[in-house]
Amino acid sequence: MSALATPPPQPGSAAPPPRRTRARDSATTWPLRDRIGLAFCWAAGITLTVVALTILLYMCFKGITQLRPSMLVTHPSGAVDQSRSGGFLDPIQGTLLLTAIGIAIAVPIGVSVALWLVEYGRPAALARAVESAVDVIAGAPSVVLALFGLSFFSETFFSFMSFRSEDTAFGRSFMVAGTVMSLIALPLIVGATREALLQVPNHVREASLALGKTKASTIRAVLLPAVRPGIATGTALGMGRIIGDTAIVVLLLGNTLTTQPRDGGIFGLSLLQGTGSTLTSYIYGNSPVGEGNAPQKAYAAAFVLLLIVVALNALATRIARGRRKDTAWIR
Amino acid sequence: MPPPPIRKISLDAPPTVVHVPPIPLNGNGNGNGHGAPAGGLHTPGPPSSDAPVIERMRCNAVTIAYGPKVAVNKVDLPISQGEVLAMIGPSGCGKTTLLRSLNRLTELTPSASRGGVISLDGQDIDLLEVTALRKRVSMVFQQPNPFPMSVFDNVAYSLREGGSKRPRKKELMEPVERALTRAGLWHEVRDNLDHPALRLSGGQQQRLCIARSLAAQPEVLLMDEPCSALDPISTGKIEELILELREQIAVVIVTHNLQQAQRVADRVAFMYLGELVEYASGEQIFNAPQAQRTRDYVGGAFG
Repeated sequence: MSALATPPPQPGSAAPPPRRTRARDSATTWPLRDRIGLAFCWAAGITLTVVALTILLYMCFKGITQLRPSMLVTHPSGAVDQSRSGGFLDPIQGTLLLTAIGIAIAVPIGVSVALWLVEYGRPAALARAVESAVDVIAGAPSVVLALFGLSFFSETFFSFMSFRSEDTAFGRSFMVAGTVMSLIALPLIVGATREALLQVPNHVREASLALGKTKASTIRAVLLPAVRPGIATGTALGMGRIIGDTAIVVLLLGNTLTTQPRDGGIFGLSLLQGTGSTLTSYIYGNSPVGEGNAPQKAYAAAFVLLLIVVALNALATRIARGRRKDTAWIR
Repeated sequence: MPPPPIRKISLDAPPTVVHVPPIPLNGNGNGNGHGAPAGGLHTPGPPSSDAPVIERMRCNAVTIAYGPKVAVNKVDLPISQGEVLAMIGPSGCGKTTLLRSLNRLTELTPSASRGGVISLDGQDIDLLEVTALRKRVSMVFQQPNPFPMSVFDNVAYSLREGGSKRPRKKELMEPVERALTRAGLWHEVRDNLDHPALRLSGGQQQRLCIARSLAAQPEVLLMDEPCSALDPISTGKIEELILELREQIAVVIVTHNLQQAQRVADRVAFMYLGELVEYASGEQIFNAPQAQRTRDYVGGAFG
C-alpha cells in the first residue's frame, strides 16, 4: 500500500537525502520572458517598499527635527514671525472632532446598509441600485462631494447646521463638514461589514432560526457580534480617510486657523455650528503654496498626522487578523 | 485466485418501494422497535430502551421541490418518541431536505416549495407559528456552529426572549447547567462558562450546539450528520447522548455513515432519489432488507 515517492532513508545515514527538484521547476531554465516577468515582480515589490520607507523616514526626520512638544498644546496664531505663530492644538482638536462626527454618522448608516444588502437585498433591482449608489459615493472625488455639500447646505433650511448669513445659510461648519465626511467613510464601512457578513456561514443563521428565534434577534444577537471586528476594521479605515481628507475641510469647515464657535447659541452646539481647521488644512495652509508659508510647522503637523494614520491602519490590520483566529467556523 | 465477481446494479431500474407498515398511534403494539432477528447475519443494533414509543410527527405524501427539481417525492414517514429514526441514503437523495422541512427551514430557500402534510401531535405544522414550531422541533447541524458569544450565553440564548440579555445570568444558571449536563459537557466547561464558545474543540462545540437545542426543551430533535466533522471520540460521546435522549424526545438523525445508523437507530428510513424506498427497524434494514435497492446500498454496491 505504501508507495513512497522517495525511498526511505537507510538506517544509519542521519542526513535525509537531498530533495530533488525537476529541472523545469527552477527559474534558471525558464524562457526569457518568464524570467523578465519574475524579475519585474521582485523589483516592483522591493521598489514599493523602498518608496514607502523613504516617505516615512523623510517625514519622520523632518517632523522630529521640527516638532516641539509645546506645539501640541498651544493655539495657532496668524503671526508672520514663526516663533510667535504658535502650535497646532486647534487643528488637532478639529481633526478629532470632525472624525468623531463623521464616524458617528457613517457607522450606523453603513452597518444598516450592509445588513440590508446581505440579509434582505430584495427586490434585487433595489439591491443593485444601493450597491451602485455606494460605488458612486466611493468613486466621487472628495472635492466634488465638498462642492456639492457647500451649495446644498447653504440652503436656508440648513441654517441650523451652521448659521444664517444674510439670506442663506453660511454652509460651513463642523456639522456640515462632518456630514459630508461621513460619506467618504461610508463605503469603507459598508464594504467591510458586508465582507464580514458574507463570511458568516449560512448554517449559523439557520441555527439561530432553528431555535425558534426571529430574523431580527438573529441579526442582533448572532450576526452583529460576529461582524463586530469587520465593523471595527471599516471604521478604522474610514477614520483614516476622514483624517486624511483636505478638500472637504478647506471648502466646508471654513478653514479658520483656530476653532471659532458660532457667536451665541447653546454651548457645545455652537462649537458644532462653528468653523475651524484640521491637521490637513493646517499643513496645506503652512506649506510653501499656502498662505502661512511656514514649512517647518507643516512638517511637524504632517508627522503627527502620519503617526495617527499609520496607527489607525495598523489597528485595522490587527483587528482583521484577530478575527480569523478567534471566530472561525468550520465551513 | 479469480477476482471477485463485479456486482452490477442498474440505476435506472424502477425502485422497489416497500410501503411503510402502519404504526399504531401511541405505539403500544410495536414495542421498542426490536423484533426477533431476521435470521442469518445478525449485527447488534443499539441497546433497547424501555421508554414507550409514542408517535409525535408524521409526514403524509410530502413532496419538496427546488424550482422544477423534485428533491423529495411523496414520502410518508412517522417519527416517534422513544426511538431514534435514522435517515440513510446516498448524497442528493433528499434526506437533508426532508429533515429541514420538519421544522420548516426549507422555507428559507426562496425556490423551495412543499406539498403534502407534516403534522406534529396531529396538528399541521404549517398552521403553527414558525418560531413556536422551531422551539418544539429543534435542529443540530452538520458543522458545529456555536454563536460568537460565551459558552453560557450560547445555551442561555434559546432561553431568553428574542436577542435580549434578560433574564440575567443567576436566574438562568440552573437550566443552563441542566442542558449542559444532559449534553455531557458540564464537567468540561463548568469553570469556563465565560470563555468564547468558538475556542472550544470541535467535539465540544457540537455538544454545546446540542445543549443549546436541549435548553429550549424541544419535543423533537433533528440532527443533520452531527458527527461528520468530528473525531471518533467525540462521535462516540454524541452517539451515547443520542441514545439517552431518545427516552424523552423524538430523535431524527441523518447520516452518511451506515455503521453509525446501525449503532444508534431503532428505525431506519432508506431514501433514494427523493423516494422513501424502505422504512423498517434497523435490524431489518441491515440484516434482511426487503427492497433490492436497500440491499445494494447497505451491501455497499453503490453509494
